Amino acid sequence: MDTPSINDLNICVATENGSGSASSNNILFKAIFKMGIPCSSKNMFPSNIQGLPTWYQIRANGDGYLSRKDVIDVMVMFNDATAAKDIYRVRDGGVILYDDSNPLAANLKRDGVQYIGFPANKLVAKLVPASPLRAKQRNMVYVGALAYLFGIDMSVIKAVLEDTFGKKPAVIESNLICIDAGYQYCKEQNYKQNIARLEPIPNGNKGKIITEGNTAAALGAIYGGASVICWYPITPSSSLAEAMEYYLPRLRKPKDGKKAYAIVQAEDEIASAGMVVGAGWAGARAMTSTSGPGVSLMNETIGLAYYAEIPSVFFIIQRGGPSTGLPTRTQQADISLMYVASHGDTRHIILIPHDMNSCFDFARQSFNFADRFQTPVFVAMDLDLGMNMWSSDPLKLSPEPFDYGKRLNAEQLEEWTKAGKKFRRYFDQDGDGIPYRTVPGNEHRMASYFTRGSGHDADARYSEDEHDYKYILDRLRKKFDTARKFVPKPIIEKERGVKTGIICYGSSYEPVREARDRLKARGLRTNHMLIRALPLTSEVRDFLAEHDTIYLVEQNRDGQMAAIIKDESPELGAKIVSVLIYNGLPATPLEVVNQIFAAAQSAKTA
Amino acid sequence: MAEAKLNRLNLTEKDYDGAPSTMCRGCGHDAISASVQRAYYESSIDPRKVVKLSGIGCSSKTPAYFLSQSFGFNAVHGRMSAVATGANLANHTLLPIGVSGDGDTSAIGLGNFCHMMRRNVNITYIIENNGVYGLTKGQFSATADVGSVMKGGKVNDIPAIDLAELAITLGATYVARSFSGDRKQLTPLVQGSLHHKGSAILDVISPCVTFNNHEGSTKSLKYVKGHLDPIHDLDFIPPYENIEADYDEGTDHEVEMHDGSRIILHKLGKDYDPTNKAQAIQAIHGAIAEGKFLTGLIYYNPNRKEFAEELNICGIPLSELGQDDLQPPIDALEKINADFMK
Repeated sequence: MDTPSINDLNICVATENGSGSASSNNILFKAIFKMGIPCSSKNMFPSNIQGLPTWYQIRANGDGYLSRKDVIDVMVMFNDATAAKDIYRVRDGGVILYDDSNPLAANLKRDGVQYIGFPANKLVAKLVPASPLRAKQRNMVYVGALAYLFGIDMSVIKAVLEDTFGKKPAVIESNLICIDAGYQYCKEQNYKQNIARLEPIPNGNKGKIITEGNTAAALGAIYGGASVICWYPITPSSSLAEAMEYYLPRLRKPKDGKKAYAIVQAEDEIASAGMVVGAGWAGARAMTSTSGPGVSLMNETIGLAYYAEIPSVFFIIQRGGPSTGLPTRTQQADISLMYVASHGDTRHIILIPHDMNSCFDFARQSFNFADRFQTPVFVAMDLDLGMNMWSSDPLKLSPEPFDYGKRLNAEQLEEWTKAGKKFRRYFDQDGDGIPYRTVPGNEHRMASYFTRGSGHDADARYSEDEHDYKYILDRLRKKFDTARKFVPKPIIEKERGVKTGIICYGSSYEPVREARDRLKARGLRTNHMLIRALPLTSEVRDFLAEHDTIYLVEQNRDGQMAAIIKDESPELGAKIVSVLIYNGLPATPLEVVNQIFAAAQSAKTA
Repeated sequence: MAEAKLNRLNLTEKDYDGAPSTMCRGCGHDAISASVQRAYYESSIDPRKVVKLSGIGCSSKTPAYFLSQSFGFNAVHGRMSAVATGANLANHTLLPIGVSGDGDTSAIGLGNFCHMMRRNVNITYIIENNGVYGLTKGQFSATADVGSVMKGGKVNDIPAIDLAELAITLGATYVARSFSGDRKQLTPLVQGSLHHKGSAILDVISPCVTFNNHEGSTKSLKYVKGHLDPIHDLDFIPPYENIEADYDEGTDHEVEMHDGSRIILHKLGKDYDPTNKAQAIQAIHGAIAEGKFLTGLIYYNPNRKEFAEELNICGIPLSELGQDDLQPPIDALEKINADFMK
């Protein structure tokens, strides 16, 4: 037998949705985190309230790789409906944990793996009075079994329970006895496995936090001054708005004893977008959060905000499309939709966070971008970033102040008037494509104007004149090009002499980071560019020019970002080889490595 | 030439003008605009505090034709309710007026309209109702009556949506119906709505002289004039006018509004209490059964909070708050980070 690996373990827990496993999995994950071992979790859950299968993967990795791992070392087989398949999800030599209250069915046996059984049902029947709670407590038994088998100290589990249920000693106790029952049973049976050990890393996660991107983005939006929040429930974005509902009253100090914000659950996404645009027009920092289907519905309103030049922020937590698609799975397949949302010619600013801190920071900055450029701004996230728990450095507040852009108040308008300057709402005064704006409530006699989604001239008058129309369209394009100089630049990691580049964005970053190390170990050195925004900045062109081959990793079928790059740089873009992962599950390093080697191979033989 | 009369803000009625109208000659909508302009002038409302909103359609163009000193927003088809709700949240000190049509409100925008009523968003919402799509040349809208004939001869056989009834049912707090040709009734109704806090809906029958003014149409000028069923005559008395109204103890009904203004309803036929919701809906149904247009202040509810108040939004408009008000302190973030370490 091989010697066990230390702190390199990928556990998959297969349960039924609604069975309470979220709680036991959370305890398990946090216990590993508390041991100081870098770890991540990926929740693959169904679009269902109760009964459909769900898988929760916890990866502990001492080297700090946190992406989803393809190879499963341990399967907790707690869902009869999927068990026959689940036994084959675990790697050869892996371990299968199961409830042996009843004998294992013949079709659930396979060779090459170690089965470890413990009578979870029987144990909880003894410990927990018959109640709906009993079924949930059953899941706690596998926490104890895993703890014993892989070396999680019960004192750590106890500390996590106290952190989680601090004010409810009865809950701590009832969970603890079930976990301990699993632990003690495996100990009495003298069970051993030899694949992996978890060992505490002193200060290993010191200063690290655990959070989800939706929470980080919600906090960023609050710190960015979001004051009108209109949303409609849709997975996987709802938890962003709900986090705002939770944190706003706790964080934003009341004004005259009343709320300094308004949060409204709208009747549909069209309405939430309409409210955001109305609020942005009237001068508030307004936002919504939604997913792809919501963007489809909001298209017309987004076009209005673009053409009438109204600051507005749209948080898009992407899921699997098209149509209803896979509501509880992840994709990066709405990039094109966001980029050119609406009929007519449009181009939109998109901020693309890739980790918890950029979710926080881009959320905050999105309001500055919206105000500065007087336009819809998207923050493009996805389910993997938004809803999975990530270990991260603490959220950091950037010193950049609020920037309301070219918004004129009554005093400024008076100065303009005295200086003989005229306020022209849609005129390119400064040559950067960004006009000046006033908001309702400004009572200066020059302030008011008529906003419309129909044709208008530089002075906001209704116009169907061909020159007026073209002037506005050209200026909007110019404004977009100005934005290129201000959006977050890509993060580039490069070594001299390396001619192969990898480009990715968003949640693809973590699997690509690991894939690059694996490629390097196999002799392929790569440089890397993480795109963090649209419009593309000049660094993208430079990166293309500096490399012979470029792999662009994204989680969609059609290479949406590749198409945008190729559109802007047709010649250099020809170097791009798309690496596309689009099965709805978070991308893994193995998929990236395999596709890159396959592409390199076929290029050689071609 | 006589000097123009000034209101309490020293403004003339002309100061409430807008751009020249582009409606068809004789369009009811222009008469409504004139009533709206008169109402603002008479009530001495500062046009700089007013915001005008609309959707898409003939009616939705009209906010450009009154109160040029106000901010205006001609949004997209059917979405005025949502846009106005957002504007109201951003700055609840603004005085919003929305102008919409029957297509904009009863068809494409019906959902958003319903939810605006449910929320009782503060707004004067005028529906210029002609039963027909004008800009696209004469298709039926969802307020066309059963049996009404389209210009080309097609007969409508789907029941009309009664927007006044819908508004009452869903929670609007000031609901009136009137006729563009009856400025004597319309102006005080608009004025009343301007002094109301909450969703004030005015369903104004406004015949389309181009596409729906023929024999067989139930929204033609001639037909409407012949089928009006006014509940009462009205007088609006603003809060600052301490005059004794012409008030008959036996037959008149007085509606007192939050700001102290009053609407005197002079009884025409039966007793009518506009604060009685069931009676209001019954009266609408009664008139429909008789093929008539019930007009007047059909429903009034002084007891519901408007949306911004219900949400407990602070007095200073959210749009005026800056970084000091909106950004929480950094130690709050440090505390959250510490919580996330557990």
